[in-house]
Amino acid sequence: MAAHADYVLHLADNAVILGQRNAQWCGHGPVLEEDLALANNSLDLIGQARLLYQHVAALRHDGRTTEDLLAYFRDVPDFKNYTLLELPHSTALAPTASGNRDYAVTMARNFLYSALMVLLWDALKASKDLQLAAIAAKSLKETQYHLRHSRDWLLRLGDGTDESHARMQAAVDHLMPYTQEFWTSSAMETAAAAAGVGVDTRNLQTVWNTLVDDALAQATLQRPAAGGFVPTGKLGVHSEHLGFVLAEMQCLARAHPEAVW
Amino acid sequence: MNTPALRDWPLWEVFVRSKQGLEHKHCGSLHAADAQQALQMARDVYTRRQEGVSIWVVPSANITASAPDDKDSLFEPAADKIYRHPTFYEIPDEVGHM
Repeated sequence: MAAHADYVLHLADNAVILGQRNAQWCGHGPVLEEDLALANNSLDLIGQARLLYQHVAALRHDGRTTEDLLAYFRDVPDFKNYTLLELPHSTALAPTASGNRDYAVTMARNFLYSALMVLLWDALKASKDLQLAAIAAKSLKETQYHLRHSRDWLLRLGDGTDESHARMQAAVDHLMPYTQEFWTSSAMETAAAAAGVGVDTRNLQTVWNTLVDDALAQATLQRPAAGGFVPTGKLGVHSEHLGFVLAEMQCLARAHPEAVW
Repeated sequence: MNTPALRDWPLWEVFVRSKQGLEHKHCGSLHAADAQQALQMARDVYTRRQEGVSIWVVPSANITASAPDDKDSLFEPAADKIYRHPTFYEIPDEVGHM
């Protein structure tokens, strides 16, 4: 049961952290239309996170856990999101949270993550956890659009000018190693898959590779060689960047606990 | 239209058909690199609040508009010809939308 709740929490943390990251473009988008597109994307992800957090609270059924407690009153080691999703919008080695935003990084990350999630949500529609299956069905439609939007920009920037090509290639080179975490096993994922609640992502890897390689080829981009550091965010061991994301996301709720509009 | 942004990202007019609506209605404009991108951006800009079930986009440059200066000669003459409106007929309920 603990693994079941942890698995749903992992999915929720993925959604909330990428939602928070993408929301950093709000008011700073390269053009008005994309500013709105990214805000829509964030609201979709935060909506998914809310449903998943509420479900975790119901699964724990301890009379204490709420969606707000999960989102706002846990610290870095408690979060189970992929490290990929907490990275800044930049390929710089020591970027600041707000400086050097690069739209190529944002779009490459959304593409790599959405390509996984369309497959995962689709498979989770058959979960024995009926509430999770319902959330998956709803999220799949949203994620299909996120994939379409980010894939479109991957192609436009990759197969664009020399400048846009170089920046998109740098973004793919920077982010691709972090996707290795999609395929590593963890106790919560193994237990959830064995119970018929979760899905073993390794069964999705071949289709994901085809999706990604096809888009990269159309975008005239090279896939970097596999290997290197394998991140461990879903185990609670994160990069230095997550603390800053959480500080921004949680400070208001912690300064004014249980405040309401 | 000489700046690079406007040359590379021309203006598009967006038409959205609402759930109950019979026809596409003009709802605004946006900048986009091509028709497919304009459709996607129209989805994000103009249908965020469940406004539509179908979207058309048309290059603004392809729209030929009447000149504001022609307003008097084009439209004023119709003002005093009330008999051109079918307001003297009662439409049976069975006819429905007209």
